[in-house]
Amino acid sequence: MKEKIEFELNGKKVNVELDKSQTLLWVLRTYFNLTGTKYGCGEGYCGACTVLINNEAVRSCATKMGEVAGKSVVTIEGLAKGDVLHPVQKAFVEHDALQCGYCTPGMIMNAVGLLNQNPNPSREDIIWGMEDNLCRCGAHNRIIDAIQTAAGEINGGK
Amino acid sequence: MKPEEINRYYFSDVNSPPGVNRRDFLKKLGGGIIIVFSFSAYTVVNGCLQKKEEEEAGDVPEFNAYLRVKEDGTVDCYSGKIEMGQGINTSLSQILADELEVPFESINMIMGETSLVPYDAGTWGSMTTRFHDPLIRAAAAEAREVLKELASEKLQIPVSELKAQDGKIISINNPKKNISYAKLTIGKKIVKGLGEKIPLKKPGEFKVIGKPFFRRDAVEKVTGVAKYTADVKIDGMLYARIVRPPAHGSTLIFADTSEAESMEGVEIFREEDFIVVLHSDPEAAMLAADKVKAEWKIPDAKADDETIFEHIKRTAVDTNVRYKGGDLKKGKKESAIIVEEEYHDGYKAHASIETHAATAVYNNEKLTIYASSQTPFGTRQAISERYSIPLENVLIKQIYIGGGFGGKIYDQQAREAARIAIKKEGTPIQLMWNRQEEFMYDMFRPAAVVKVGAGMDKTGKLNYWNFEIFCAGDRGTELFYDIPNHQTTVSDGPEVHPFGTGAWRAPGNPSTTFARESHIDIMASKINMDPLEFRLKNMNNQRALNSLQLAAKSFDWNKELPEGHGKGIAVGEDAGTLVTVMVEVKVDKSSGQVQVIRAVVGQDMGQVINPQGTIIQAEGCVNMGLGYTLSEDVEFNWKTVKSKNFDDYQITHFSTVPETIETVLADAMDQPPQGGGEPAIICMGAAVANAVFDACGARVFRMPVTPERVLAALA
Ligand code: FES
Ligand code: FES
Repeated sequence: MKEKIEFELNGKKVNVELDKSQTLLWVLRTYFNLTGTKYGCGEGYCGACTVLINNEAVRSCATKMGEVAGKSVVTIEGLAKGDVLHPVQKAFVEHDALQCGYCTPGMIMNAVGLLNQNPNPSREDIIWGMEDNLCRCGAHNRIIDAIQTAAGEINGGK
Repeated sequence: MKPEEINRYYFSDVNSPPGVNRRDFLKKLGGGIIIVFSFSAYTVVNGCLQKKEEEEAGDVPEFNAYLRVKEDGTVDCYSGKIEMGQGINTSLSQILADELEVPFESINMIMGETSLVPYDAGTWGSMTTRFHDPLIRAAAAEAREVLKELASEKLQIPVSELKAQDGKIISINNPKKNISYAKLTIGKKIVKGLGEKIPLKKPGEFKVIGKPFFRRDAVEKVTGVAKYTADVKIDGMLYARIVRPPAHGSTLIFADTSEAESMEGVEIFREEDFIVVLHSDPEAAMLAADKVKAEWKIPDAKADDETIFEHIKRTAVDTNVRYKGGDLKKGKKESAIIVEEEYHDGYKAHASIETHAATAVYNNEKLTIYASSQTPFGTRQAISERYSIPLENVLIKQIYIGGGFGGKIYDQQAREAARIAIKKEGTPIQLMWNRQEEFMYDMFRPAAVVKVGAGMDKTGKLNYWNFEIFCAGDRGTELFYDIPNHQTTVSDGPEVHPFGTGAWRAPGNPSTTFARESHIDIMASKINMDPLEFRLKNMNNQRALNSLQLAAKSFDWNKELPEGHGKGIAVGEDAGTLVTVMVEVKVDKSSGQVQVIRAVVGQDMGQVINPQGTIIQAEGCVNMGLGYTLSEDVEFNWKTVKSKNFDDYQITHFSTVPETIETVLADAMDQPPQGGGEPAIICMGAAVANAVFDACGARVFRMPVTPERVLAALA
């Protein structure tokens, strides 16, 4: 049954008429044209679909619209401030931490969620925090380094 | 090109590019200086030649790529190659910038779109660097020479007193006298093939080639702006979900689509057993497809993931001798020590994180397809033939690909989307396979068996080598060890595999390298010789030695390791590159768990265009390779693929990767460039298996090297 669902998306209030059981991943991609959030497995195993909900990294493929109502969602498109990249995005570029780039939005969103919870992660913390985000191109080492750099910038800077 | 033909190239040693043709492409182009070039006229001797006759006959020479210095001084290069993460967009730009003497930023690579670029056979087999780079360099040099001639006329200075620099031609004696490329090209349209003697820069003169460059597309990719096939949205588009059988080769007994049809907005498209649910909402299409009741008859099982190796030996009976020397019988008889073993490797999935996707629309007899494809031109050809649409009316749009690794060559999804779109004229159709379909319809890396018999004298000098390959091809199997009596055979058969198999990053080579390099280690251990020393003693290929010595030095091979740790080597050849991988592992003897601590890759790959890109590819090979080495194995019962998602098919996770990966490259700037996207991956299996043996004495003969297999080998 369709009903009105209100939530905040990348800093703006939005509302949609949808069934509460619809899945955030497909809603973002289809109704908001936010295609930076990717499908990889649909069952929570790969992390390509990761977004932030109330600052926490969440698998959008396993999130129903009913759970999103009233909350704040941030996707990869909402991370940069205009032309200024988020420190994690910037660190990914600087470390060349991507190849095909398909896992990248999910990696970045998961990393931002990780840093929100633990601003000073050790290498081990990063590995276990990122463990279930999959990258087939094998950019792992660079991703770990990028997250460490970003943590340093977030803590040290601004 | 047909899949069989692609596989033929892929699984064997390719030493010359496949011939391709394409004429008459230039009329639509604007002005400037246009240099056309092609694979077919390529020669490896001293650069490149292009037949002159065609030009003289007033015809356009055959070509499959071209570059154009435009009237604003920037440079477009059009190529049928595609970028799928391997970074060729960057490395090809570097070559152009260097040879043409223009800033890196003014190069614009246009790749893989069938209406914009000339024909290309596809991006696979590590052929881009080996066969494309030299041509692009020659074309850039040719354009530079044309510009010099134009400048000579304008400035009234002989060509010999001019040089190119920073997008200008300047007088060597009086740099104030100069003219920009933009000024030289304005109002001109000059089309040329490659001349016979093009002065290429010497390695010592390179400014951009050989320097590390970061990838050009990073910002688009980190902001979510980069568009992949399923990100394309066209007004009125319907999402398609195909009702799939439970197993390959199934026959449909009956299907009832009534419940699905009764759902709001659902449309059913059906042609015999091809049943498709369409909806304007992708999730609604999925839900409705689940409501289709279908009953299938599945074929009787002949083998599963345990019995497949016996099945392979029974059915792969077409045997060919690929390499041979001396006398096998004699070699075996004369050897003091003989070891015979059999090595097994299961099926592997490509498992790129982007599943196969295609977006297709058929309008006014024209079919446009966005497809995540490694072979846009092959796909176009196949679709044109299958649906009788003239070639020029099939347009393949190339956008970002979320990983290929050989899996996006076969393009079943594009054919499926086309089939629906053609019947639903005017309605754009998007088909994105789900992960389960991806695991079912992947063209898997074939399961393989390799039987090895080797013999040597008491000092460790190899004298006998009998290498029998089943289902892994001969790619990279020419020996770089000096073994007087040797033979390599390849056996295959038409109906060995229960499902589709195909090219997987460095096809066949990971399986054969696992067997060869494990066996070499076993031989060394039989006489208690260090495996590095044993290889040095028996190796007869200088470039293999280069890679081995480079790796040994960086790795510090003779360093003492902590208790429970072990080190392993594997050497291999792929796509013209010689590679050594050394790893240090830690083995937990009670659980059988293997952790790779560090890896060193030593590579002799000839001239290196972009060291940064090369290092990243090598790291990718190590990390991706650890998946097939330690955990990846497709589970199946004959035609039923039981691996359905990433929970039952474990690829590399963050905790799998070594803390450091070091890549060392041989200094060979004066040598032709070789492939770099695949080599290191072939060594991972044996390097790890050898290190596990070194750590705890467990010798595992079957990949993946799982904890259970390590424990079983210890028992
Ligand atoms: S698509 Fe959501 S975790 Fe894979
Ligand atoms: S960069 Fe390709 S999957 Fe991670």
